[in-house]
Amino acid sequence: MTASIATNQTILVVGGGIAGMTAALEAAECGKQVLLVEKTPTLGGRTAQLYRYFPKMCHPTCGMEINLKRIKGNPNVRVMTMTQVVAVGGGRGDYNVTLKVSPRYVNENCTACRKCGEAVSAEIPDAYNYGLGKVKAAYLPHAMAYPQRYVIDASIVGTPEGEKAKAACPVNAVDLGMQEETLEINVGAVVWATGWRPFDANKIQPYGYDRIANVITSVEFERLADPHGPTGGKLLRPSDGKEAKNIAFIQCAGSRDENYLRHCSRICCMASLKQTQYVREAYGDAGKSTVYYIDIRAIDRFEDFYAMVWKDPTVSFVKSKVARIAENEANGNPVLHGVDTEGYHRYATEHDLVVLAVGMEPEVSGVKLPDDIIIDSSNFIEGSKDGGMFGAGAAASPLDVNRAVQSATAASLKAIQVIHKNASTEAA
Amino acid sequence: MTTATPKYRNNFLKEVEANVEEGHWVKMCMQCGVCAGSCPLGPHWQHSPQKIFMMIRAGKREEVLTSDSMWMCTSCYNCIVRCPRKLPITHIMHGLANYAHRLGMAPKGQPTEAIAKLFWDNLVKTGRVNELKFSLAMYFKDGFVQGIKNAMAMQGIGLGLVKAKRLNPMEILGGHACKDKSGIQKMVAKAREIEDRRKGFSGAGA
Ligand SMILES: Cc1cc2nc3c(=O)[nH]c(=O)nc-3n(C[C@H](O)[C@H](O)[C@H](O)COP(=O)(O)OP(=O)(O)OC[C@H]3O[C@@H](n4cnc5c(N)ncnc54)[C@H](O)[C@@H]3O)c2cc1C
Ligand code: SF4
Ligand code: SF4
Ligand code: SF4
Ligand code: SF4
Repeated sequence: MTASIATNQTILVVGGGIAGMTAALEAAECGKQVLLVEKTPTLGGRTAQLYRYFPKMCHPTCGMEINLKRIKGNPNVRVMTMTQVVAVGGGRGDYNVTLKVSPRYVNENCTACRKCGEAVSAEIPDAYNYGLGKVKAAYLPHAMAYPQRYVIDASIVGTPEGEKAKAACPVNAVDLGMQEETLEINVGAVVWATGWRPFDANKIQPYGYDRIANVITSVEFERLADPHGPTGGKLLRPSDGKEAKNIAFIQCAGSRDENYLRHCSRICCMASLKQTQYVREAYGDAGKSTVYYIDIRAIDRFEDFYAMVWKDPTVSFVKSKVARIAENEANGNPVLHGVDTEGYHRYATEHDLVVLAVGMEPEVSGVKLPDDIIIDSSNFIEGSKDGGMFGAGAAASPLDVNRAVQSATAASLKAIQVIHKNASTEAA
Repeated sequence: MTTATPKYRNNFLKEVEANVEEGHWVKMCMQCGVCAGSCPLGPHWQHSPQKIFMMIRAGKREEVLTSDSMWMCTSCYNCIVRCPRKLPITHIMHGLANYAHRLGMAPKGQPTEAIAKLFWDNLVKTGRVNELKFSLAMYFKDGFVQGIKNAMAMQGIGLGLVKAKRLNPMEILGGHACKDKSGIQKMVAKAREIEDRRKGFSGAGA
């Protein structure tokens, strides 16, 4: 099916995280037509899964709300969720893009009244909480989800559970007959804002993420600290549900390592410094954070935040990349083994919980991108040979939110230039 | 002493880069500590690889080359597979040990050095290692009485090897050599000559 939702005057933005939303809005507010496609059921990306933002420790809701308001109010942006780019043909100024739209099984009538969720009993892993905990198979991805529309998981379609959801809906929004659709569209420029994913901690075998219950990742820790998370904001450790008060943060878990990710992920030092303050928030002076690091890379003005944390008596720093983690089987405590670089002392230190500051890997790693795309040695998108496709946000480089937004604005400007060129050649 | 020394007196890192196998990698170490923490022998050494690399960069020539640390490396390769910068740590350790040996700076009576030398002499003589002679030489390196004790202690393993046809007792009667024994010997001598010329050794500390 060929859809007339886009023309070669349209900018396609792939990925609806903070960078994709920004790129789409900047262009739309300049009067350009934009199609924003997102593969999950909601906009927001990974920032929506953070508890607080460094450096100001504000809640992700603030930034998200403003952007959603801008999107809702702008007729130039068309949003398609549960949509992925399957193929890109053509060239700069005139691309043919194939999109695949997965069925949500819920239509526009949905008022997010929750009734279908209450009616079903089947549960699926909670993607919003990185699989910590479960949600009903008829669910709203999270409180800030946009669109505010439920999703029926494909696993219950065609089962009595699916029928229960349908029966519960007062506005006839559940449509179990929805099918996957393929669309062919024409666009002038493409912004890839496909973001990042946490590096798979299982690959770092000496750290035992797959074997030791109380070794978790930094993205999971964000969910533990969040009142909307699986523990209601309490820092409870997985093995026995006890409060973790003596917490270790291991930096460069997967990053700066030729065996895993060769780049510095740039945000994880700041993420751990921020997370030490979640520990302080939870326990005051009774909490204890220890950061094991190679170098602390709190880039430019973040240095102030680092200086603030450095002064915090509940936080200590050990200059050493931990060599391996064992488990004290009597109490479930992880035991960190290594040698510190300031004096070469050998240590074997026990903590209640270990947080691996996992690196950022491009979400498109392993995904087949158009041949024209140029990627760097870590799979970050640099652009395209024909100059009509651009990387933005964490898809282009491991960036914090502020820098992801700047990068998105830059990519948007470049895309606008492609469209202008199109318009002027057509006029001539 | 050799001619190599004065040239580098003020810059041990450069000396290591020029003369030690894989020595040019030493500057790539980011001092993360993973090798030190991963080495199974770590707790028993004076200096871990991490520390040795820092000492090289700090110009601690005497301490590094007379240390017995690099002689303790068992080539388990744990450090190599884990080093985030992919330094060939094991090879550097062996390179350093070899360099210290060539300079005559290896600690006196270092057992690994003695065994390596026995192994080498054994090999150069016939072009192949005579395991029986090598083992015996190893047992007796600390004198006759200690040798008998060592041999008795290893008896079980020795007999096991004979049974599994891994050790031939007849090898004691000279043992077999490789086909072109003198060719091999010439080749080794030539290689040595080239290495000495390149690294500025005057042939000492063989
Ligand atoms: C533990 C941790 C804590 C952090 N804390 C902070 C902080 O406090 N402050 C801060 O500034 N930064 C923080 N960051 C960094 C922050 O998460 C990123 O800067 C931000 O997520 C980048 O946004 P983005 O839009 O580029 O990517 P993402 O948030 O990853 O969004 C990408 C979007 O694209 C979608 N997508 C992916 N592939 C496709 C595809 N093929 N088709 C369609 N859609 C696709 C995804 O579903 C997603 O919605 C933290 C990072 C970590 C790891
Ligand atoms: S699908 Fe129907 S029942 Fe479910 S939340 Fe939406 S309106 Fe309510
Ligand atoms: S930001 Fe810090 S923790 Fe992250 S990769 Fe760089 S140095 Fe390591
Ligand atoms: S693991 Fe590699 S980079 Fe780290 S201290 Fe050892 S040699 Fe240096
Ligand atoms: S190879 Fe040598 S230096 Fe490396 S870990 Fe093993 S014993 Fe230690």
